[in-house]
Amino acid sequence: MRLWGRLPDAWRRPLAVAGALAALAWLVVAVAAPLLAPHDPLAQDLPRLAAPGPGHWFGTDQLGRDVLSRVMYGARVSIPLTLLLVVLSMLIGGLLGACAGYFGRWVGEGIMRLADLVFAFPTVILAMVVAAALGASLTNAVLAVLVVAWPAYARVTRGLVLGVREREFVLSGRLLGFSAWRSLRVDVLPNITGPVLVLATLDIGTALLLLSGLSFLGLGAKPPSPEWGAMVASGVDVFDSWWVATFPGLAILTVVLAFNFLGDTLRDALDPRTARAIKERAL
Amino acid sequence: MPGDPVTANLGQRALSDPAIVAQFRAEHGLDKPLPAQYLTYLGGLLRGDLGVSQQSHRPVLTDLAEFVPSTIELAGVAIVVSLVAGVAFGVVAALRRDRLSDHLLRLAGLVGISVPTFWLALLAFYLFFFRLRVAPGSGRIAPDMSAPPQVTGLFTVDAALAGQWDVFASAVGHLMTPALVLAAYTIGLLMRFTRSAVLEVLGQDHVRAARAKGLPGRTVLSRYVLRSALVPIITVAGLAFGSLLSGTVLVESVFARPGIGQYAYKSATTLDLPAVMGVGLVVGAVYVLINLVVDVLYGVIDPRVRLS
Repeated sequence: MRLWGRLPDAWRRPLAVAGALAALAWLVVAVAAPLLAPHDPLAQDLPRLAAPGPGHWFGTDQLGRDVLSRVMYGARVSIPLTLLLVVLSMLIGGLLGACAGYFGRWVGEGIMRLADLVFAFPTVILAMVVAAALGASLTNAVLAVLVVAWPAYARVTRGLVLGVREREFVLSGRLLGFSAWRSLRVDVLPNITGPVLVLATLDIGTALLLLSGLSFLGLGAKPPSPEWGAMVASGVDVFDSWWVATFPGLAILTVVLAFNFLGDTLRDALDPRTARAIKERAL
Repeated sequence: MPGDPVTANLGQRALSDPAIVAQFRAEHGLDKPLPAQYLTYLGGLLRGDLGVSQQSHRPVLTDLAEFVPSTIELAGVAIVVSLVAGVAFGVVAALRRDRLSDHLLRLAGLVGISVPTFWLALLAFYLFFFRLRVAPGSGRIAPDMSAPPQVTGLFTVDAALAGQWDVFASAVGHLMTPALVLAAYTIGLLMRFTRSAVLEVLGQDHVRAARAKGLPGRTVLSRYVLRSALVPIITVAGLAFGSLLSGTVLVESVFARPGIGQYAYKSATTLDLPAVMGVGLVVGAVYVLINLVVDVLYGVIDPRVRLS
């Protein structure tokens, strides 16, 4: 109870709690899938296209594999890859954006024009072209999403660095003889991490949607990998058996929703204006 | 680039024959150095020649002229639906802040931006076509109908111009489910932004002054609140159009609509580079056009922009 009272107000709202619980539940499923899954996700030893019922709660697919076990194992494919993807795009985009904001001039111009180039295309189309050019595989799909995901971080980080760069404490550090790198690391970075983290949390959902979308189009995970987007695609061939596509899709939806709830909460908690509004309402 | 248009386009047997591979390369100018290929492409572009598709063996411009109208129809209906529904729901949520309807609308908006488009498309197709039989199947019109005489390429407009009302009804019917699926994300996005924009404006002095003067609620909402909130809404609507174009790839693939999304997918997977670049050009031009429209609208809505 005491811990609950200490939580910031934004984290005590129902959506925040629901988001945190759902994200935690999926992380547990991803870690403990071998213990939780009732069947081997790749074994083709069950009756084909059996409707959901006792024994196989999510039914079986056209090759006689248990859909529930595949959805559970799918969490081990989709969630870590999505998290890795977001961390990498945050690091690459953040670093490039920070350099663009801090050094300005031709470095900044060069980086930002490159970002604009990516922004000029719809994400799915550009990611699709990159994935197809690299060759269809899950690793290449991750790389393709990375190509379209980093510019958002670069743009946000650059804007934030531009705002902080001229502040007195940064200037005084430089006057004391800090190197550019030290000034960026010690003075600038701690002041811009909040908004970038919010963007990253909200981006987890977008990245998962894009990654599974590429797999759905056949440009990502290859069979028999239990990747959720590819599982939805396999349901297209067996339209009568609704459960083959429905459950993996629901898995994507719940993970994306959970991280969007968390992202919204994080944004509200870190933005002083909304945090105050929540507090006023709570009082 | 690891992918090679030659391996993507020629079959196994053709690939083992160096003469055929060399002929394919020469035919599509792939044997020249990259800068020379680029200059040739630019030269063609100046004459309105986008090259020849390696898959369809037709000029890319002809392909685009065939596929773009279908996507314009789909994205056009989706953006209109998104604007109307997204703004209306956003305003309602803001006016009923913290009540049950606000919470439900916000939750629906979050689901809208979180749902995988391809999955929603499948679900809608299964439910409305396969189970309930209230929506037509895939394609642009019923399979037993022939396309209306081409004027604009938009089946709805062409059918209406030709007075073929049965074809018109079929085209509209085939448009509704994919357009609604496509609009789910943008409705959610616009609703969230409209809600926060309206909430911000509601607390401003000029709105309070309008209320204090005793103006009716509807006038305050339309003349004062919505007008001020429209600038951020229009900005997001412009951005939303980009995500709509992304969504068309997935929606057109599920509903088997021959549009630019399908064309982009087919040309990307076969590394049909002239076609990919053609799609890139069209989409880039649409982006620029949308940004221009948004900039012009700023001036129309906000006199301060016009005067500065």
